[in-house]
Amino acid sequence: MPYSPLLVKPMREELTAIGFEELMTAEQVDAWVNRGAGTALLVVNSVCGCAAGMARPGLRIALEHSVRPDRLGTVFAGQDLEATARARACFADVPPSSPSMALLKDGQLVYFLPRHRIEGRAAEEVAADLRACFDQHCAADAA
Amino acid sequence: MGTFHQHKHALHGITVVVELADGGTVVGRCDDIDDHQVIVLDADIHRPGAGEPDKDAYLARAARFGVWPRHGRLVIARADVRAVERLGDLAS
Repeated sequence: MPYSPLLVKPMREELTAIGFEELMTAEQVDAWVNRGAGTALLVVNSVCGCAAGMARPGLRIALEHSVRPDRLGTVFAGQDLEATARARACFADVPPSSPSMALLKDGQLVYFLPRHRIEGRAAEEVAADLRACFDQHCAADAA
Repeated sequence: MGTFHQHKHALHGITVVVELADGGTVVGRCDDIDDHQVIVLDADIHRPGAGEPDKDAYLARAARFGVWPRHGRLVIARADVRAVERLGDLAS
């Protein structure tokens, strides 16, 4: 059963406040993924405090970096079920994980940060991994 | 690192690797550990054998991407457990 929208609202807003586009239907996911070339960070948000509590602050810190993905999108696991399933279909070879973060480049998965690399770590550590990923894949001279 | 679930083991909510005494390996999200059992959720079991990747290759992929949740809940007797460690420690 999905969580109460009231419970989830502030967790959604942590990401929309830093520029993430909420994708709440499969159609919205498709449109976002197919919007064009470039780099796109897709975050599977979640309620779980064991990991998501550091995922969102880690994202906020990472996105203060000068090198960033071209666009940011998010689905909410356990809440937007259809959208989450469609998002996971973008990287169908990767086991489901929430929270998790996937960087797509020209529609192809180039980086995946699963839950177990978020849980128990400090936000700054998560952010450092993301910044390194942005530098590798999102910089103007990145291959 | 513990979580806000004060009545649970410190690894509650953390993805762990459970080394079994019979040579098998379980990867999943720890629910609880006590003197008698280890409870793991959304878990996968690797057993060395024909058609399976070797343990090192299995754990290397698990550390990078996670595992498919083939078992919703596994209860493993402590006597059958050789070690429990965080999967994230293998990934770093």
